Amino acid sequence: MASVTQTPTQGTVARVRDHHRAYGDTAVLRGVDLDVRSGEFVALLGRSGSGKSTLLRSLAGLDPAPASEVSVEGRTSVAFQEPRLLPWRRVDENVGLALLNSSHAQEREQRAATALEEVGLTEKGGAWPLSLSGGQAQRVSLARALVSEPDLLLLDEPFSALDALTRIEMHRLVLQLWARHEPAVLLVTHDVDEALMLADRVLVLEDGLLAHEWPVPTPRHARTPTHPHLSEVREQVLAALGVQPVDQKAAGAA
Amino acid sequence: MSALAPPPPAAVPAGPGAGRTGPRSTGGSAAPRPAARRRGVRLGWLRRWVSPVVIVVVWQLLSSAGVIPEQKIASPLQVLATARDLVADGTLGSATLVSVQRVGLGFAVGAAVGVTLAVAAGLSRLGEDAVDPPMQMLRTLPHFGLIPLFIVWMGLGETPKIALVAMGVMFPLYLNTFAGIRSIDRRFLEAATTLHLTRWQRIRHVVVPGAVPQALVGLRQSLGVAWLSLIVAETVSASSGLGYMINHAREFLQTDVIVVGLAVYSILGLVTDAIVRTLERKALSWRP
Repeated sequence: MASVTQTPTQGTVARVRDHHRAYGDTAVLRGVDLDVRSGEFVALLGRSGSGKSTLLRSLAGLDPAPASEVSVEGRTSVAFQEPRLLPWRRVDENVGLALLNSSHAQEREQRAATALEEVGLTEKGGAWPLSLSGGQAQRVSLARALVSEPDLLLLDEPFSALDALTRIEMHRLVLQLWARHEPAVLLVTHDVDEALMLADRVLVLEDGLLAHEWPVPTPRHARTPTHPHLSEVREQVLAALGVQPVDQKAAGAA
Repeated sequence: MSALAPPPPAAVPAGPGAGRTGPRSTGGSAAPRPAARRRGVRLGWLRRWVSPVVIVVVWQLLSSAGVIPEQKIASPLQVLATARDLVADGTLGSATLVSVQRVGLGFAVGAAVGVTLAVAAGLSRLGEDAVDPPMQMLRTLPHFGLIPLFIVWMGLGETPKIALVAMGVMFPLYLNTFAGIRSIDRRFLEAATTLHLTRWQRIRHVVVPGAVPQALVGLRQSLGVAWLSLIVAETVSASSGLGYMINHAREFLQTDVIVVGLAVYSILGLVTDAIVRTLERKALSWRP
């Protein structure tokens, strides 16, 4: 065995305990408890303004939170809804930025090139970010988030601005990358189907609390939109999000 | 000298008159074919030279006919001949060199001070509180008004001229660089945080390159002000340089020399503008 690593395979990467957050007088998070285990894929759903991005920002270290409430073992990285590539740095330099503190220029270039290869954009390394399509930019953003081999990958609605076909491709790519790098993933999304296709566990944030949780044990290759168990969970999740079930008679009449 | 400067022009400037084909060239056809439009553009570019050439020719004809007396303004051919003589005997070269040195030195001092203050104010609240209020108060003062004080403080030598150029350069660079630093998209700074960049790396990779477009607007403005300040300073008092050459010629009613001096001023302005354009094209090549 190699020496003991900071994050044992079955350990907890992120630990949130009784986490509160308020913007002015409005309480957004009112005592959230969450454990994210190493290597696990968690999807976090919630209506707009439910505080799911706020929770992600706490975990990302973008908003200061007391260590007693939020603690993360190891390295985090984030892919945002907009790719947030620095427009004045070339694509490969953007990816290399994630390695500035950990490696030398030559190694940085190599690892950036490998990361770009993994997302299928080898030939775009020398391009300027503003010349990329939305899907390409988002793939670069994923490469940049993963090149540092994070222990916790935070995805803040990274696919919501993409067209439907690109989104499906991105889902497959994310699963591939997750299998290869094995980070724990917290995916914030408002897309129930996306959550059910990708995650091991689906959480719903409601009234500032993690109110509901569904494990999704179905193997990913078997996850189809018509899968009976998934359809059932889907209805439950939608109900938890406040979406009324379809009235069968009305649907038939239409 | 405004903090809300207009955005810089496109990195690749359109040729003079590009797209201005005039109402006649499009004729009755709503959508001219590409070849026709291209010819139209080229003709339009040529057409823009017609009236300046006509003006110069008329000026020459009127001078030759004696309608415009030489004491008021020399003829274009006379100006050309004088320019050749001034180049040949070295007068023009040495005068230009002196003026360029003044602008270069003044610009260097003003730019160093302006950018340093902008960085200090842009990177910290303390710096902003200390630097910005006096700068905002001083920028409303027309810096040419300082000439009497500068002469009292520094006499009539090189120093007051360089100081005047430096004062003119400092404010547009300060205001634009400061605004550039402060207008950097917060989302890029957040991305830098999630990439675990240190403060210095954040400044190097996000703040400085993010502020460059606006700082270049300041650079363009400040170079214009630099030449203007030099002309004013040299006209007030000088014993060398282009301004001295022009003033000296005035005493002897040598209008040809005056025109040559003015032409050199404007050529120098054009050259610096071309340098800034090249710089912008290089520094902003990431823009689509």
